[in-house]
Amino acid sequence: MTGMHASLTLRAALLSAVLLVLFLLVWHLAVQGTGPVATVDPEYAKLMGISATQGKSAMPGPLDVLSSFWTHLSNPFYDNGPNDKGIGIQIGYSLVRVLTGFGLAVAVALPLGFLIGMSPLMYRALDPFFQLLKPISPLAWMPLALYTIKDSSASSIFVIFICSLWPMLLNTAFGVASVRKEWVNVARTLEVGPLRKAFQVILPAAAPTIITGMRISIGIAWLVIVAAEMLVGGTGIGYFVWNEWNNLSITSVINAILFIGLIGLLLDQMLARLVKAVTYPE
Amino acid sequence: MTPRPFISIEGLVKSYGGPVAVFRDLWLSIDKGEFICLIGHSGCGKTTILNALAGLDEVDGGCILMDGRELAGPSLDRAVIFQSHALMPWMTVQGNVEFAVKSRWPGWSAVKRRDQARAFIDLVGLGGAADKKPAELSGGMKQRVGIARALSIEPKMLLMDEPFSALDALTRGTLQDEVLRICHETQQTVFMITHDVDEAILLADRIVLMTNGPDAVIAEIVENTLPRNRSRQDLHRHPHYYRIRNHLIEFLVDRSRAFDRSGLDKRRPPVTRPGPGGPAPLEPPQESAAAQAEPMLKSH
Repeated sequence: MTGMHASLTLRAALLSAVLLVLFLLVWHLAVQGTGPVATVDPEYAKLMGISATQGKSAMPGPLDVLSSFWTHLSNPFYDNGPNDKGIGIQIGYSLVRVLTGFGLAVAVALPLGFLIGMSPLMYRALDPFFQLLKPISPLAWMPLALYTIKDSSASSIFVIFICSLWPMLLNTAFGVASVRKEWVNVARTLEVGPLRKAFQVILPAAAPTIITGMRISIGIAWLVIVAAEMLVGGTGIGYFVWNEWNNLSITSVINAILFIGLIGLLLDQMLARLVKAVTYPE
Repeated sequence: MTPRPFISIEGLVKSYGGPVAVFRDLWLSIDKGEFICLIGHSGCGKTTILNALAGLDEVDGGCILMDGRELAGPSLDRAVIFQSHALMPWMTVQGNVEFAVKSRWPGWSAVKRRDQARAFIDLVGLGGAADKKPAELSGGMKQRVGIARALSIEPKMLLMDEPFSALDALTRGTLQDEVLRICHETQQTVFMITHDVDEAILLADRIVLMTNGPDAVIAEIVENTLPRNRSRQDLHRHPHYYRIRNHLIEFLVDRSRAFDRSGLDKRRPPVTRPGPGGPAPLEPPQESAAAQAEPMLKSH
């Protein structure tokens, strides 16, 4: 069976590679120039560059992106003033905001979710509010945040906080509320104190659900930070994307997209590891 | 004046919230070192009685006294062996038992705690699996851990809710033997719920028979007259065995459903000894329907 499994993994990896190469090839061919086009006014040609003279698409090809990817990667932390910072610095800003907002949400959602999960009354009483607040796009809070906090960076942290809060809160409350009754009964018959019960019975029992909530939250937070930074500007990977769009540097935009994807993958995988570590087979 | 019983269930009531009760005015006393089996069909409130003894369920009336004191909530004096073993899957076998030991003696050193847990894991024959997680164990092994956990806190009483019903017949037999051995060795007082007539005859000193719910009552208490050093292998060879067995089965099949409760003194349900010479009720005389079971008995 292991042999079959290994060969499936291998075949899947091979197929992934083939698909990637195919995609890059199609991309490469699609943005190729069509050769010299009808003669144009030299002044106009000078203005428009090769996209006008050679029929070359304005969309960069994979090779352009790759070369600029290396440029970004080889010097990620340069700082030439507010509109020209290395992509590493911009990602750093975004990560700090995401982790701060996420961390604050953890600090609120875990204890609160625990209390709500322990009390069926609170669970029922608060559930309608959560259900109402959960589907609100976190960016809708932005004007309110800007008005009250009066600081754009703190406002984007607040938006991250609010979007990370609900999945964690709901999952924690649900996980705590649905701890198997028999484990609670074991703790009761052993006269286990409330703190020890919380940390040694409820918490480990609910941990997979709680961490899964965190995983959902960090994913949403990373999605939202890009949009939030586009909105408030200044620094961060979202601002970087918007700035490069204003520079009409599609190559840099594509690069940023790649980086956003990679960091998001990394964050998700870290939490996935954590979920796996606390999951117990029954 | 009779000596005060160890456990005294007095006028226990559990209702569904309406006028119909699961059981009403239930009386039972258990002596120290006694092994009691409670037999009855599903829905007669057996588990409710056990949970009330454990302090896990609230009842709607009556009380339970232990050593003359009313029970208030769960206590380390009464250990429960759950039907579904209820082990914490994120802890090892050792961890599960130590969790209980630490609850009982919070001041103990880690070494002392480990040794105590280890001793009871060895007692149930799981010495080699102490570091395994419950998921790596078979159903029978898990239930052994449950037994080790319950015994490790050295309770005054053991409560078992159909502890072997989820196991296969072979494993069940082995575990029954071990429970019998351990309980006799430790002079444990046990209250156990079972569906299994043979299990009751093997383990119990007295077998409490409950009628079907709602409004279930203790119809009868059967004294097990088989010698205390009985074993599973030669149980069926004893002359009393089939008489007791038939008596119990006849109750479960017939009388539990249509029990005539006129003249039943709920405080002192009739005690029968079907073992020696057929089902002859000792206390309130009663033209027992069990007489119909006579032809089924082996003649001696």
